[in-house]
Amino acid sequence: MTLDSKIPDGPISEKWSKHKFNLKLVNPANKRKYEVIVVGTGLAGASAAASLAELGYNVKAFCFQDSPRRAHSIAAQGGINAAKNYQNDGDSIYRLFYDTIKGGDYRAREGNVHRLAEVSVSIIDQCVAQGVPFAREYGGLLANRSFGGAQVSRTFYARGQTGQQLLLGAYSALNRQIANGKVQMFTRTEMLDVVVVDGKARGIITRNLVTGKIESHSAHAVLLCTGGYGNVFYLSTNAKGSNVTAAWRAHRKGAFFGNPCFTQIHPTCIPVSGSHQSKLTLMSESLRNDGRVWVPKIAKKGLKASDAVNIPEAERDYFLERKYPSFGNLVPRDVASRNAKTVCDEGRGVGATGVAVFLDFSDAIRRDGKALIESKYGNLFDMYKQITGDDPYQVPMMIYPAVHYTMGGLWVDYNLMTTVPGLYALGEANFSDHGANRLGASALMQGLADGYFVIPYTIGDYLANIGWNDKIGTDHPEFRKAEEAIRSRIQKLLSIRGKKTADQFHRELGHIMWEYCGMSRSEPGLKTAKAKIKALREEFWTNVNITGGSDELNMELEKAGRVADFIELGALMVDDALNRAESCGGHFREESQTPEGEALRKDDEYAYVSAWEFKGEDQEESLHKEPLRFENVKLTQRSYK
Amino acid sequence: MKLTLKIWRQKGANENGGFKTYTMDHVSPDMSFLEMLDVLNDSLVLKGEEPVHFDHDCREGICGMCSLYINGRPHGPLQTTTCQLHMRSFTDGQTITIEPWRAAAFPVVRDLVVDRSAFDRIQRAGGFISVNTGAAPDANEILVPKKVADEAMDAATCIGCGACVAACKNASAMLFVSAKVSQYALLPQGQPERKERAERMVAQMDAEGFGACTNTGACEAECPKGIKITNIARMNREYFSSMFTNYQVEVGSDAG
Repeated sequence: MTLDSKIPDGPISEKWSKHKFNLKLVNPANKRKYEVIVVGTGLAGASAAASLAELGYNVKAFCFQDSPRRAHSIAAQGGINAAKNYQNDGDSIYRLFYDTIKGGDYRAREGNVHRLAEVSVSIIDQCVAQGVPFAREYGGLLANRSFGGAQVSRTFYARGQTGQQLLLGAYSALNRQIANGKVQMFTRTEMLDVVVVDGKARGIITRNLVTGKIESHSAHAVLLCTGGYGNVFYLSTNAKGSNVTAAWRAHRKGAFFGNPCFTQIHPTCIPVSGSHQSKLTLMSESLRNDGRVWVPKIAKKGLKASDAVNIPEAERDYFLERKYPSFGNLVPRDVASRNAKTVCDEGRGVGATGVAVFLDFSDAIRRDGKALIESKYGNLFDMYKQITGDDPYQVPMMIYPAVHYTMGGLWVDYNLMTTVPGLYALGEANFSDHGANRLGASALMQGLADGYFVIPYTIGDYLANIGWNDKIGTDHPEFRKAEEAIRSRIQKLLSIRGKKTADQFHRELGHIMWEYCGMSRSEPGLKTAKAKIKALREEFWTNVNITGGSDELNMELEKAGRVADFIELGALMVDDALNRAESCGGHFREESQTPEGEALRKDDEYAYVSAWEFKGEDQEESLHKEPLRFENVKLTQRSYK
Repeated sequence: MKLTLKIWRQKGANENGGFKTYTMDHVSPDMSFLEMLDVLNDSLVLKGEEPVHFDHDCREGICGMCSLYINGRPHGPLQTTTCQLHMRSFTDGQTITIEPWRAAAFPVVRDLVVDRSAFDRIQRAGGFISVNTGAAPDANEILVPKKVADEAMDAATCIGCGACVAACKNASAMLFVSAKVSQYALLPQGQPERKERAERMVAQMDAEGFGACTNTGACEAECPKGIKITNIARMNREYFSSMFTNYQVEVGSDAG
């Protein structure tokens, strides 16, 4: 099949308006005859469910947590971008579009990204109207900050808890529609499969996590808003429950997976402290506005933060400022991450593990005073102290890169529809807007753009075309078949009774992925990873031990099902990374570098989206390429020197 | 570190529970409390025993999912969430008692997992501003004095974990409810529905079986996000002024 991105023709700034006009509308009186399933209640899911219900559609929303308010969007700290140009500093929709395309290292679609920049301004309006308490200036106007290396101040924020406030805003809109009876909410419910009949998505199969009951739900369309798959690395900044199962099950039912190897490594996370480590905690990137990154010029094994003050200025290597004098500590995430890894690989890392670099605020505190630094980063400093026991007002922080976000995801067209008609993917679950690298403060923007301002328009076109009576009930044999397949998979997992826990397999998978498919990749390494993942998968299905039964709350069973899917995804990520023999975005391919050792992108060979098609159990997936056409932005190699 | 753990085990909502004792020999002071339980659970599963079920998700203190009652205090000895509590806050050889949140409105699901859906139902009763997507004016047309925005933000940081209820001898949810009522009562966007909101949320809170507030302040002392009981005072004011001045709402009516 040929991939049709459905990007409208015409000038970039008119594409979305033109497209909106060309989309079919559903008659207001008929909207109540349609049912839509929304899986996941993060920014994308909650905003979509609320907005569709406001339009009159009947929505069923699902989340695996005990409340829709807990989705991991809540943990986003830094902020949300919008091209408001409230600061009169030269921002515009076109500049946000340009920065996002460039930041994504020219691996995103121009049309999608321009639309994202266009609707960004409406998102801020919507959130403020909902009562989101964004930071304000003394005159009562909204405050902005520059974020993640942007040259303009376009980031709106609510202290270090922007994601929380935006999610609670979307949650409140969702609650209003639940109270109105337009959204039926299912909590502690996990989606385990998509049901496809005659080529269209017709519903989902879920497991009630409290009772273990397997249930079918049918609808006219299914929206997957299930987040990213960073937990394939085991250690990441994702929540423990974040998983790929919904997206992976959809992939196995025919939805192509786009750019699976595109993973964002965030430079400022709290380093690993031991083998018990269960997750990594992000320290907002905004810290790099005032913190200076350094390691000793000569390796000092086990250097503690408390001894850092004794290292004289002349013996410190502020390596980002040295190598990138014009951007300094504000170089993009991938550059900061890779350089931190390089100095640690050289043996100059600090802390007990030697796998960390300092982020030092002593100059900023001297320059601006403790009070100002506290007002900017107080909650982050407190969090750091809570976790590590060190006080960043007194000693430098220690940081190290960690997996944070996945730009890859289900392939979608301009309407956010996957290759399965009627099945949509929104937010981090899709691949579409961030290319090979996401800019800071853009994830919140994209999740809300998809949910509030894109899907309410595009879904109408599909629904109007199929008609409200084109719905298949849960009594259709395909639902029975899918339910049975889930039940037998669960029984198979429970019957193995092996010698290792699901977490042990997950850690091993994470280690393989980080080592060979992380910041820096090479063909021999990826081939090693491929063999290791294959062996791990075989071992998993013969040696995992799951206690308890299927008809009760059983968190070991939940974990095992997710790990099984992560292992399959890991194999696909490695295949994708093998295919993409270029350095781009956050991905350094060792075979593709400049003489100075910087990333070398290969536009002639790789300016395309990789879309992978599942071909059946134990079959190699087949690769489809969607060429990327750049009509507005000229491709350049990034330079932050 | 060596530790003795006394953990509440309860197979299901309708079954009797009891404490079970576990000993742990190699606990690192750098582990978070939940990582300590992960290590315990891994060892239980390897022995073929069922692991201790507990709620958790983000593990960075913001999702509000974790909920352990540790040595008689919600989230343990520090004013933080359980996931942000580290073993360095305990001493070698200590016995640690771990229970679920105890409140009639939070029934136990299994072991340390409780059902907090009452909180969601209270939010549905009025914890929103009625604005449909697309209907908003330009964001800077609504001016909010910085002090007001900051105070609204202080209230809005509530993570809905339920520690306030667990800490309260009356199992009152006043701190949780008042945080949302305050946020919207302070902001200009919240004014049109201000009275109905207070009435509806309070009515739903009562219907869920939460206790009354007797101003002991235990909720504020244990709140991991430092939500102040001045919010409760504000909610009382909102509620009573609404009772005397509002003609639009019958108390206890369905939301919507």
